[in-house]
Amino acid sequence: MVTLQINGQAHTIDAPDDMPLLWALRDIVGLTGTKFGCGIAQCGACTVHVDGKAVRSCMLPVGAIGNRAITTIEAVGDTPNGAKIQKAWLDIEVVQCGYCQSGQIMSATALLNRTPNPDDSDIDAAMAGNICRCGTYVRIRQAIKNAAKSA
Amino acid sequence: MSKKNFGIAIAVIAVVAAGIGAWMVMIPGPTAFASGSTVALADYKDANPTGVPKEMENASLIARGEYLTHAADCVACHTAKNGGQPFAGGLAFNLPNIGTIYSTNITPDKETGIGNYTDAQFLAALHQGKRADGQNLYPAMSYTSYTYMTEADALAIKAYLFSLPAVHAPAKQNKLSSPFDNRSLMGIWNAFYNADERFRPNTAQSAEWNRGAYLAEAMGHCSECHTPRNLAFAMNNRKKFAGALTAGWRAYNITADQKAGLGAWSDNDIATFLSTGHADGHGGAGGPMGEASDNSLTFLTAGDIRALVVYLRSVPAQDSDLPRTVNTPAPVSHREGVTAGLDSRGEKIFAGACASCHDWTGVSPVSKYATLTGARAVNDPSATNVAQTIIAGVDRTTVNGKIFMPAFGTAYSDDEIADVANYVTARFGAKGAQLTAKDIASLRKQVAQQ
Amino acid sequence: MSMSSKSGTAGLSRRKFLQVSTAAGGGLMLGFQMGGALAQAPAPKKYVLNPNAFIAIARDGKVSFQIPQEEMGQGVYTSLSQLLADELDVDLANVTPLPAPPSDALYASPKGRRQSTGGSTSIRGFYTALRQVGASGRAMMVQAAAQQWGVSAASLRTENGQVIDDAHGGRKLSYGELAPRAAKLPAPQEVTLKADKDLKYIGKSVKRLDTPDKVNGKAQYGIDVRMDGLKVAVIAASPVVGGKIARVDDSKMKAMPGLQLVALDDLVAVVGPNFWAAKKGMDALAITWNGGENAKINSDAIWRDLEKGSQQKGAIAKEEGDVEKSLKADRFDAAYEMPFLAHAPMEPQNFTVHVKKDGTCELWGGSQVQTATVKAASDALGIPLEKVTFHNYMLGGGFGRRLATDMVTKSVRVAQKVDGPVKVIWTREEDIQQDMYRPAYRNAMSASLTKDGKIDGWTHRIAGGSVIAAITGGKPLKDGLDGDAVEGAVNIPYAIPNLRVEYAQTEPKALNLGWWRGVGPNNAVFAIESMMDDLAKKAGKDPVAFRLAHLGNEPRLKAILQMAAEKSGWGKPLPARTARGVCAQHAFGSYIATITEVDVTEMGKINVRRVTSIVDAGRTVNPDTIAAQVQGGLLFGMTAALYGDITLKDGRVQQRNFNDYRMMRINEAPQIDVHVVPSTEDPGGIGEPGCSAGPPSLVNAVFAATGVRIHRLPIDRTLLASRKIA
Repeated sequence: MVTLQINGQAHTIDAPDDMPLLWALRDIVGLTGTKFGCGIAQCGACTVHVDGKAVRSCMLPVGAIGNRAITTIEAVGDTPNGAKIQKAWLDIEVVQCGYCQSGQIMSATALLNRTPNPDDSDIDAAMAGNICRCGTYVRIRQAIKNAAKSA
Repeated sequence: MSKKNFGIAIAVIAVVAAGIGAWMVMIPGPTAFASGSTVALADYKDANPTGVPKEMENASLIARGEYLTHAADCVACHTAKNGGQPFAGGLAFNLPNIGTIYSTNITPDKETGIGNYTDAQFLAALHQGKRADGQNLYPAMSYTSYTYMTEADALAIKAYLFSLPAVHAPAKQNKLSSPFDNRSLMGIWNAFYNADERFRPNTAQSAEWNRGAYLAEAMGHCSECHTPRNLAFAMNNRKKFAGALTAGWRAYNITADQKAGLGAWSDNDIATFLSTGHADGHGGAGGPMGEASDNSLTFLTAGDIRALVVYLRSVPAQDSDLPRTVNTPAPVSHREGVTAGLDSRGEKIFAGACASCHDWTGVSPVSKYATLTGARAVNDPSATNVAQTIIAGVDRTTVNGKIFMPAFGTAYSDDEIADVANYVTARFGAKGAQLTAKDIASLRKQVAQQ
Repeated sequence: MSMSSKSGTAGLSRRKFLQVSTAAGGGLMLGFQMGGALAQAPAPKKYVLNPNAFIAIARDGKVSFQIPQEEMGQGVYTSLSQLLADELDVDLANVTPLPAPPSDALYASPKGRRQSTGGSTSIRGFYTALRQVGASGRAMMVQAAAQQWGVSAASLRTENGQVIDDAHGGRKLSYGELAPRAAKLPAPQEVTLKADKDLKYIGKSVKRLDTPDKVNGKAQYGIDVRMDGLKVAVIAASPVVGGKIARVDDSKMKAMPGLQLVALDDLVAVVGPNFWAAKKGMDALAITWNGGENAKINSDAIWRDLEKGSQQKGAIAKEEGDVEKSLKADRFDAAYEMPFLAHAPMEPQNFTVHVKKDGTCELWGGSQVQTATVKAASDALGIPLEKVTFHNYMLGGGFGRRLATDMVTKSVRVAQKVDGPVKVIWTREEDIQQDMYRPAYRNAMSASLTKDGKIDGWTHRIAGGSVIAAITGGKPLKDGLDGDAVEGAVNIPYAIPNLRVEYAQTEPKALNLGWWRGVGPNNAVFAIESMMDDLAKKAGKDPVAFRLAHLGNEPRLKAILQMAAEKSGWGKPLPARTARGVCAQHAFGSYIATITEVDVTEMGKINVRRVTSIVDAGRTVNPDTIAAQVQGGLLFGMTAALYGDITLKDGRVQQRNFNDYRMMRINEAPQIDVHVVPSTEDPGGIGEPGCSAGPPSLVNAVFAATGVRIHRLPIDRTLLASRKIA
């Protein structure tokens, strides 16, 4: 049994220590907004926040998390930066198929948490680990800048 | 005589001349650094340093053989990469300017393996480097280490190997340039460099030390990679464990050197690293050491690991050409740190393919095995192992589960790999490497391949 | 301008529709159904749509649209809703798009016979038809109100889901109130579509309807399906096409609790309580495959076959003028090659299947071909189509991958051995190694120029595997021709007096083929635009000017090419090893002119700096979606040009995951400016053409920057290193 602090709630789940957080979230807790893309931390679709920092949940074993606070796409909108990013995403219609966007939004929100006014270099450093097959990169970059400017 | 053959002839003359020179001054034995005198095993009064550990003394011959086979790490060389049958051979050793040697099938298959080997023939292979047909083996086979193994232990290994399923796997043809394709020349080499003697305990050292020495020298053959070789490819024990480049990977200094040896490691760090292939703050074992850890050292008892630590601790410090290891994480922001303002090519690839696991600080948010801070490879300004790890990735099965890093060698070009390796060593290590695409191409050629 | 056309009727009874919608399980509110009496309507002359199948209005006025096409990011839920809502005259905010259930009879595009989302056909196929459906619904609301009030329908107008009677003080009835009465009316035989000036949604960049749930994790893709008792399976098919299991050693897997091994001739699955458990079980298996003859195939052999294929005469797809004569003098020969490609959508393949004890089967997943999915399951199980129910979900990327149904068949075969529902998930490695690959092609081309630098003769022979042959089970092609493989080559936009296009079918061994975003034009446009650049150089002409000189018959393309040159600063000086390249194309009914600017480092690394694309897609529905599709298509194509390469060794695909099947990332993506020009021409397709516009403009820019012509994709960067380094 492992206890995880997910979106402000404690969840005690029956999972082996080596189960990546991604599968605990999706298959056990039932939070399917966090996506499986590659399983080897190359695409970023599985990004969640652990203590506010963007982490690839497909490679993070549940046994290594302890009491740290996990935030997923389902709750990131409750944070000021998460809400800003989500709105900026919709304002300029970033999304196409949307499958990678949970991860994109989590990475972008973590970026704003740390760097309130990111420039292109900051965006590259924070977002290059998130692949989008639909090619929404141009709009992602713009939306992050718009979100940073918004009140 | 072609230019190439002429070059080889010169090389041969040089090798022979150097070999004679070395013979004249006598290369010391592997444990000669230790004070005290040695005796024949039969005359040693303390606990027997050979064989299996005490708790296994009553195990069957095959179980004891299995333990010793792990300790001698036979599987590492006698198994081809990418799903080769264990012990069926076929692993290629690419030796620059010499050629390619393939490991052989040591399963009990009568036709292609060692199924017809008598005990005496098996012992001759391990102790004298002789095949059943009397031909010389190449010293890619570590018989200059195994020669110190007791007959009993060697035959226990044989018993274990003969208990395995026979695999029909014909030997691959070695591709060696002249004169190296002439096996008989190895006889001369052996006269110089194979001691052909069994392990002699040192009465001035503890029983634990002697056990560690036996495990390190006769079984685990640490020296084969960690001790530099002379011009004739023999281990130069005057620089014992000072570190060397073997098969395209750098085996690090494991002497008591404070700067880049094990001097700054605690006993516990060394023990943990040996048994799990990782120690917090020192990074993980990659490449051949990762394999040694997962195929061999992880199977040793805690007592045997302790003995190894005691023995390693006793090896005198050898100066290392590596700078002092950096143990502090890099800054959180990519903009800060020593890489700020550097050419961004390596950073660009790092951002996309590496930062997710290794972070901009070098401290991995997902796995301690992925932490770069403090890792020996990252603090090696040659970036040899960093580059090899980028090329080949990591796919280890450890006691703590699977450790995985994808291989980037096929989709990323030589100059890109050089850029990333240079960036990683600069940002997280002591000194940035200056690798070029040509260096990467050369490193790719040196590694053992299927 | 107003379009008037006959509205269609369909010979389907209300009862039939109810059955269909119940099967859909979409929770439809059937307060109103048009066409309740349609069974008595005269039989349609040709393909028609049944409005009943598309629109449902609840008493509270909420409208649901059954969207026949699959939403996979291309914005079709929104654009098709725009067509319906505009003509029905309802507020788009009150509209809920729902995935239509599988039915070729109800939901096949007027341009096709099957319910299928591919080939950039959604808008082209449904533009007029869905407007007619919407207009029919509106007319019936007006008729119902006229009846209720006892006035003439002509005196009434509609606005935002209400019928308004201006002559009587502006009294109103909502569509929700009118629904029960309207449901009893016959559908009108003829409707008038809105005039352009009255359009409220069509042609406007309205907000997408599918995206709000995609930014908060609520959107459900096939892989997100959950239900009681659901198991998860991880699958491994023979790594060599046609291979069989030789041996499965499951001794280690058996030691893990709760796992089930399914071993079926050519595939193995491990079923467990969750993905991780199943994956660990799979990793614990030792599987030996017998690959058979295909295990001897390497990429080199396939390229050799393609070269041989391109040296044989092919089937003639088009011939004009006297090609032999025109090519006698000063002939220029070149070959351009395209590799095999995987689709690698972000959502790996998956299907959830419940093969029930009562002989029925229920499916959950994302597919571009709803009816073919049902058929695949029915075939795999040997049960009638009616026994199969399919719930279609959002697609985490399609790109043509989900036009195939191999993942349905495999999942159903696994599910047959499982008690209860099972979600079969492909690992990324399995997804890449078990794809239906875009064929590799070799284009052997020849051309000659007149003295004044115009193209006189042109031959284009395309050698490669046929996707059409592949999906019809390897049947011989009619007259040896594959219309897809030569698409873009036969309709080359340039005026050339003597021209021949041939297709030399050359099937690769050991790989399955499938549609890949941009299909035939990806290859043809790459070859043509590379050749045009080479010929411009030979003629000593500027690449844009050379193309313009040959676009006399294509005024739309000519106009946007001029505009692209202007907006991109074509001809303005750039630093060393920095240059622009051009691509002009007519594909999928749309025109795109693209100019890409790159710089190439001394080591041969390409930085794509900026892309300018001018798009003439005819009448537009949602211009912002068009721009988004072109932006994304350009990057999809450029990713392939830079990195995409599926190779075979011993019959096995060597690429596994994003570490070795590489994707362009945000820090490699250029600035992209897309301009959509207004047009009153018929709407063109837009999901795919951006894809084919990227690579040619990229390699032509590289050619201008380095003088090195790229003859095979992906670009081998070692060819581009400057001489002093190489």
